[in-house]
Amino acid sequence: MRKITIDPITRLEGHGKIEIFLNDDGDVDKAYLQIPELRGFEKFAEGRPAEEMPRITTMICGVCPTAHHMASAKTLDDLWKVEPTSAAKKIRELMYCAFQAEDHILHFFFLGGPDFVVGPQAPAGERNVLGVIAKAGMEAGGKVIEVRKRLRGVLRIIGGKPVMPTCALPGGVSKAISEEERTEIIDTGEYAVEFCKFALALFDDVVLKNKDYVDLVAGDIYKHRTYYMGLVDENNKVNFYDGMLRVVDPNGKEFAKFKAQEYLDHIREHVEPWSYVKFCYLKNVGWKGFVDGEDSGVFRVAPLARLNVSDGMATPLAQEAYERMYEVLGGKPVHNTLAFHWARLVEALYASERVLELARDPEITSSDIVNLPTETPKEGIGVVEAPRGTLLHHYQTDDRGILTKVNLIVATQNNAAPIFMSIEKAAKSLIHKGEVPDGILNMIEMAFRAYDPCHACATHSLPGRMPLEIYVYDSKGDLVQKLRRGE
Amino acid sequence: MAKPKVAFYWCASCGGCEETVVDLNEDLLKVADAVDIVLWPVALDFKRKDIESLSDGEIAVSFINGSVRLEEQEEMVKLLRQKSGLVVAFGACAHLGGIPGLGNFWTKDTIFQRVYKEVPTVENPEGITPQEKTVFNFGEITLPEFYDTVKTLNQTIPVDYYLPGCPPPPDLIMNAVNAILKGELPEKGAVLAPEKSLCDTCPRKEGKPDKISIAEIKRPWEIKMDPEKCFLELGIICLGPVTRSGCGETCIKANQPCRGCFGPVDGVVDQGAKGLSAIASILGIEEEKISDEEVKKLFDGLVDPAGTFYRFSLPSSLLRRRRME
Repeated sequence: MRKITIDPITRLEGHGKIEIFLNDDGDVDKAYLQIPELRGFEKFAEGRPAEEMPRITTMICGVCPTAHHMASAKTLDDLWKVEPTSAAKKIRELMYCAFQAEDHILHFFFLGGPDFVVGPQAPAGERNVLGVIAKAGMEAGGKVIEVRKRLRGVLRIIGGKPVMPTCALPGGVSKAISEEERTEIIDTGEYAVEFCKFALALFDDVVLKNKDYVDLVAGDIYKHRTYYMGLVDENNKVNFYDGMLRVVDPNGKEFAKFKAQEYLDHIREHVEPWSYVKFCYLKNVGWKGFVDGEDSGVFRVAPLARLNVSDGMATPLAQEAYERMYEVLGGKPVHNTLAFHWARLVEALYASERVLELARDPEITSSDIVNLPTETPKEGIGVVEAPRGTLLHHYQTDDRGILTKVNLIVATQNNAAPIFMSIEKAAKSLIHKGEVPDGILNMIEMAFRAYDPCHACATHSLPGRMPLEIYVYDSKGDLVQKLRRGE
Repeated sequence: MAKPKVAFYWCASCGGCEETVVDLNEDLLKVADAVDIVLWPVALDFKRKDIESLSDGEIAVSFINGSVRLEEQEEMVKLLRQKSGLVVAFGACAHLGGIPGLGNFWTKDTIFQRVYKEVPTVENPEGITPQEKTVFNFGEITLPEFYDTVKTLNQTIPVDYYLPGCPPPPDLIMNAVNAILKGELPEKGAVLAPEKSLCDTCPRKEGKPDKISIAEIKRPWEIKMDPEKCFLELGIICLGPVTRSGCGETCIKANQPCRGCFGPVDGVVDQGAKGLSAIASILGIEEEKISDEEVKKLFDGLVDPAGTFYRFSLPSSLLRRRRME
């Protein structure tokens, strides 16, 4: 019996660790992913005025604060039963789409993309954003920095700060957009659309024209037949800000469609003694352990899941990209985890087109930005699609709007069981008869990086630089083998 | 001459302090050029033994963000203290405890009870909670201990300077880096931000009346907030009077009141107590004779004094945490 510990000691010290147990034949018996991270926001929110939640839950994650800000805003609308003004909804969605585009681009170029653009077998030292720039050209590198800076400029205009925005109110937003600001946002939207077209062309050139990559994307190591969940609009098109939650089964057939307010009829969380993270599953299928298939309630969220549950994209260029993805990958649903990267670029293009649409809407500069609540608050539930998947907030208050109970279903939690399964599957496919090949480091990283997991942004390390270490112990607990990236 | 060695480390934090460093944009490349970054987990390969092998004080400066809640974070910051000439507490969590510091109103047990047993989505008939050690027939796996109390950085190691904010804005970060590179630092213990209060730099300062009196406390959703007027004048609680400036008034510009992430101005130990007294002093002062009932009604408008005045600073305050049973 041997135990292998993959301990990424950066942020992941205290934030993520993989333990692999081998059986007597030296094959993988079990693999565990642990995220030793808990801050207890659900508890310490009690006693706070509900309207402060958009400014408290942002601190759950400094990489996706805008997602919590917006989920919280929508929960406040529902809590006070107040409909935001038409302009306020557009301002919120505009801000939210700018955020989605920026976050997806950051992930593709800094985190996930290097595996493809530079190559999974490339030396670790090159498998990072600098390697992407070297391959795509310096001009491209400049564009990556520029598009991120500009999109964050939109967040600054609307929300005050890109990290920890502050503009949400029940029934609307606190600040209107001026004509001058609108001009800047339109410029940014145009720039972002062009950038995303360039990014998809790069993906085409580098990944899709290379058989090895296509085999990797379509191969079995990273494949799981699961249910999928995501928000769709009234035409079943992908929507980040609003709509109904739709679930499809592993065959792509609609399994459920419900409002956020009905989430308790559909979502449950499973607790394991070895994990601070809870594991979501579909209540009406049930928890059957860390397994895939029709009989297991495990479902997936985030870009690929959103595309799988929808009938398309609501903007023209993104729709073309959507159709092409499914054509190449052989129809819906796509179960290959690495296709999350492609789906992420399709979504970035949609988000950019939507920024532009909303910025050009004459109503976007309206000063009618908030409806004051008049109802007595009691309970509110709100949902958005965070970059990393479905994000739900649920508040109960006294009649002054002081929080008595809070529940949060955070995006990555929905994907926690699948991430665990992907890691175990990759470990089982790669480790045989006690042989731990060098390449396992990156191959296992790729299994969870595709999800862009945000375990307190645990894996927001630049790929290729992430200091994974593997320790192999014999049955007496003595260290017999040590592997470190790059050595 | 060798470039000064710099470390950038995170404890219990959300990643926002890393994002704000990336928001330096082109300036980040200048910084990376002027110093030798020996540790930055978000971007660079990190080997603890490399830090251990440095001589004491060899790192010119360590920027450390996040509060301290796990044993391994405590060990790491102690190691960095030993190896560093200067330690800068970076951001509100390291400086004051930050938002996660609100956890000090509770204990590990009450948090576990809520998160793993009570919430309506949890299906946990056996009442399982995370354990520091789980034994399987094929071996055991462990989790680090979750402390009851969130601590600031200076409650764990001596700190030389503080960069305030949630997160610190890029211009203050650049000022601090330049001051360190040029050796033009203020006295130890200083907060590397202006000494003025936010009210002194507030864009709404001009139209503010000389004397403010709050006849009724309003919550931000109860009125349409005039984007020109002082929040206190509108009756909305704003921590501007007791909060250090330097943030660029970003929340005010988004038409939202200050929540105090920059911490107190120089000379103030307890931002929350100071804030409470500042607000109390302007409540209904126009009324010469105010009945006890009216006083009570006024103060009832302050719906969450602890969570409002200590939003970012509970662990660093005189209260520090709720008493343990």
